[in-house]
Amino acid sequence: MLEQYLGAAIMLLMALGIAGGMVMMTSLLGPKREFPDKMEPFECGESQLVSPHQRFSVKFYLVAVLFVLFDIEAIFFFPWAILFRRLGMFGFIEMLLFVLILGVGLLYVWKRGGLDWE
Amino acid sequence: MWVDLIIALVKILFIFAITVGFFAPVLTWVERKQSALMQDRIGANRADIMGFTVLGLFHIIADALKMFTKEDFIPDGANKILHTMSPIIALVPALITFAVIPFGGQYTLFDKEVNLVISDLDVGLLFVFAIASLATYGYVIAGWSSNNNWSLLGSMRTASQMISYEVSMGLTIIGILMVYGSMKLTEIGAIQENFWMWGIFLQPFGFIMFLTASIAENKRIPFDAPEAESELVAGYFTEYSGLKFGMFFMAEFIEMVTIGAIMTILFLGAWHIPFLTSATLLSWFDFLGTTGANIVLMLIHVGVFFGKVVFFIWLQMIIRWTLPRFRYDQIMKLGWKIILPLSLANIMITGLVILALK
Repeated sequence: MLEQYLGAAIMLLMALGIAGGMVMMTSLLGPKREFPDKMEPFECGESQLVSPHQRFSVKFYLVAVLFVLFDIEAIFFFPWAILFRRLGMFGFIEMLLFVLILGVGLLYVWKRGGLDWE
Repeated sequence: MWVDLIIALVKILFIFAITVGFFAPVLTWVERKQSALMQDRIGANRADIMGFTVLGLFHIIADALKMFTKEDFIPDGANKILHTMSPIIALVPALITFAVIPFGGQYTLFDKEVNLVISDLDVGLLFVFAIASLATYGYVIAGWSSNNNWSLLGSMRTASQMISYEVSMGLTIIGILMVYGSMKLTEIGAIQENFWMWGIFLQPFGFIMFLTASIAENKRIPFDAPEAESELVAGYFTEYSGLKFGMFFMAEFIEMVTIGAIMTILFLGAWHIPFLTSATLLSWFDFLGTTGANIVLMLIHVGVFFGKVVFFIWLQMIIRWTLPRFRYDQIMKLGWKIILPLSLANIMITGLVILALK
């Protein structure tokens, strides 16, 4: 069972080696000439006006929460889809109910304006 | 045992050679040449060796040399460790999703069954989604650790866009799984030996929605709000230089290849030629002996597979240079309000049709 993953594991190690090697190479080969003006974060020629580490729009959190909800529900579809032919009519009606509940949830979020970006 | 390990290593090296060694560098050139062609310019043709330009192909070497020798720059106030790690986190998932993607069928070489896939997992398609979504961390950390307003804005947009389209992408693919009844990519590929079983005929809407969602997932134009040059300088990689900057691009180009490969496996008949079964091809090359015929068949299949992948890359390039960038609210609207309900409807209609035909 687990030896199926052996190839992927070897590939992961080699990919880490390639990516790590690239970062090593570029920091070793490049020149190092540092002075204060250059080390400033880029802001189109100005000094940084505000720090980036402050509050940002709550919309991004909302999308993350919706993602967790809907992605977990999407995962339920995978085993059902594989077994669909064996489950037949029973499986279809069960999933129809599930999709209806999911649809009501989506409609609720939609009507509450959770999907709008003004 | 040792033979299996050597075969696995050869396959891995082949995949790395073709993605990192061939597609990633060549696509940087193709992208510029394609834009030049579509905008009626001459395009990349300046780099030369002794006066030879070879259609500007030496630009690849020039780019590589430049990226290696540029200063590796980390701005003040940036988190040095995370800033260095994030290109690795972005590139590694792009490299290893190819582990479960078959680039050919099964062949008998020297009395040994060779399966042209690195890890033939039962949950192949889930593995692709699971690993590909890990790249989101790389992009978010890149923007957050740079201590730059543009980077942070870019990475917030990236996070929202990638996770939104992950939901849609997962749901658009359910229809094709219902039709084939398997998540094993080698099995899905083998079914499509019959031309009329190709996914594009069975799931035309699934095909279009999956193509849209996967381009959005890869953040390419028209969905490139996260990097949007004219708004955010360069988005999450504003503060990156040298090869670290190049690694984000490399990840994007390799993901283009991966998307092309998945589309080929699911929708365009994998490594098969229409109306030509493997058995027919084998009988044509029978005079070469079993191994010889199998080797020829393998070469044909791998060639056909990468030919189809190149077609999908070309399609993505055409889309990239044809459409303008969508507004951010339009992108989110397309993902949540159009593709998501449509893919749910697609699942239900597919179910009805399968039951009716039963």
